[in-house]
Amino acid sequence: MITDDKRVRIITGHYGSGKTEFAVNYATILVRLSDRKLAFADMDIVNVYFRSREVRKEIMALGIRMIDSSANTSADLPAVPAEAFAPFEDKNYDYIIDLGGNDIGTNVLGRYKKFINSEETDFFMVVNVFRPDTMNVEKILKVKEQLENTSGLKVTGFVNNSNLVRETKSENILLGDEIISEASRITGIPIKYTTYVEEVVLDMTSEIKAKLSGEVIAMKYFMREPWM
Amino acid sequence: MAKIIMKGNEAVAKAAIIAGCRYFFGYPITPQNEVPEYLSRELFAAGGTFVQAESEVAAINMVYGAGSAGARVMTSSSSPGIALKQEGIGYCVAGEVPCVIVSMMRGGPGLGTIQPSQGDYNQATRGGANGDYHIPVLAPGSVQEAVDDVKEAFEIADCYRTPVIVVADGLIGQMMEPVELEKPVKTRNTAPKSTWAIGYGTREKPNTIENLVIDAPACEQKNIRFFKEKYAVIEQNEVKYEEYMMDDSEYAFVAYGTTSRIVRNAVNELREKGYKIGLIKPRTLWPFPQVPFQNKKIKKFLVAEMSMGQMVYDVQLAVGDKEKVTFYGRCGGIIPTPEECAEYAEKVMGGGQ
Repeated sequence: MITDDKRVRIITGHYGSGKTEFAVNYATILVRLSDRKLAFADMDIVNVYFRSREVRKEIMALGIRMIDSSANTSADLPAVPAEAFAPFEDKNYDYIIDLGGNDIGTNVLGRYKKFINSEETDFFMVVNVFRPDTMNVEKILKVKEQLENTSGLKVTGFVNNSNLVRETKSENILLGDEIISEASRITGIPIKYTTYVEEVVLDMTSEIKAKLSGEVIAMKYFMREPWM
Repeated sequence: MAKIIMKGNEAVAKAAIIAGCRYFFGYPITPQNEVPEYLSRELFAAGGTFVQAESEVAAINMVYGAGSAGARVMTSSSSPGIALKQEGIGYCVAGEVPCVIVSMMRGGPGLGTIQPSQGDYNQATRGGANGDYHIPVLAPGSVQEAVDDVKEAFEIADCYRTPVIVVADGLIGQMMEPVELEKPVKTRNTAPKSTWAIGYGTREKPNTIENLVIDAPACEQKNIRFFKEKYAVIEQNEVKYEEYMMDDSEYAFVAYGTTSRIVRNAVNELREKGYKIGLIKPRTLWPFPQVPFQNKKIKKFLVAEMSMGQMVYDVQLAVGDKEKVTFYGRCGGIIPTPEECAEYAEKVMGGGQ
């Protein structure tokens, strides 16, 4: 259950693995299931387009505290505001942090190091096996190591977000499950979630869902317009 | 080969490597930074040379050098960066140096915004270099098309000994989509390097690349040769466009790149309401397609661009009747929605279902 995850959830992964789409969907589900206050921080300092701050309005409409660039939304060099410290300290909050991709995106966590208590922090690694740099077990483990090295945190769960965008079929997700399960077996890190976009994966059935690891999350696109 | 997910800029870079490009010279600028970022890592691994030059001006002149020596070479930039390259692009034209220039457009003028735009249509098709010239301009509307166009751009560049521009708005560069990298493209005949490239001549007859034609009649002859033997042939052979829902259409949107995707959704929406409207999508901006605009059944051509209106003039020229051409655009980094395009079209069509 999403509500059983640790208080602070940091969403990381390879560049282009779908972290932001997952983080926003995760937030919308968590806010529905939990009575606790929820803050969402866009700490993506890597991407120039497709950042969660672009859906600030939608996130705030759900009663989520949105923390994002204190400079302009479309700025080249976003600034993470001082407010991002608050939910680490204020235990009344559940906190979701959407990082930029790769170890470069993880660098931003450095400044919060003193405030991150690993006991109350989940560090989820989003994986799409159709991205060239995470297409097999070896590559996934290499990226995992890079993310851990720059953050000083250990990955606590994989998210199977394997997809071919609007061309995704359930077989693609099953392939992702097979590959990430092997990474999971080697590392002992569970696959916490498997995602699929409801309007896209039309051949998803309850039998297939039963074969997938972790909790299966039906997502919708927040970051992608219908013509994308 | 199975599809993978790539960001447009990465895919452009990978496509260049697949096409045999082993030299890249560039300078960072958003929203195309993933092209040099990717190549700085992967081009080296492929045995090539990547140089982050001290400026765009330096980069295009390195392109001039590598291209003169017969290498497949590429540079990429975005709007103000492409502006800086203009002089060098003109030199590549005059020296008949094959090279590929990727232009990921952002909102201008000047430094502008990093958000996507199509405001550099004129910059690509008319250019800012001096003299009489044309450059083939390919306009992808998806990550797959960007891959195909980059590969094809090298073929066209080598075949006609000309720079080729691949122009896309920043969104194509930033978007993640499934791609098939190994999809083959049409190959073309090319002149053997021994006939022109520096270093491929003989001791007695070394090859040279020349820009200066100091004798006026010779300079005129060079221009005439370019237009008769090069540009006329390109216009004959290299025009590309696509049509969507045009069979029974009485109205036609005209759009390229990202705007063509948005308008396509608007067409679907309008078709559901019973409007006979389709889409003409130029895939080459120079040479600009002429045939689809000779369609006499079309009452109005609705040009949509992410600019204040630049391609619209090419459409007017192709249609030959200004009254039949209307324009809708958003600019400065704003992306239009299918709904606003459909609403605009309904106004133009005046309920003509």
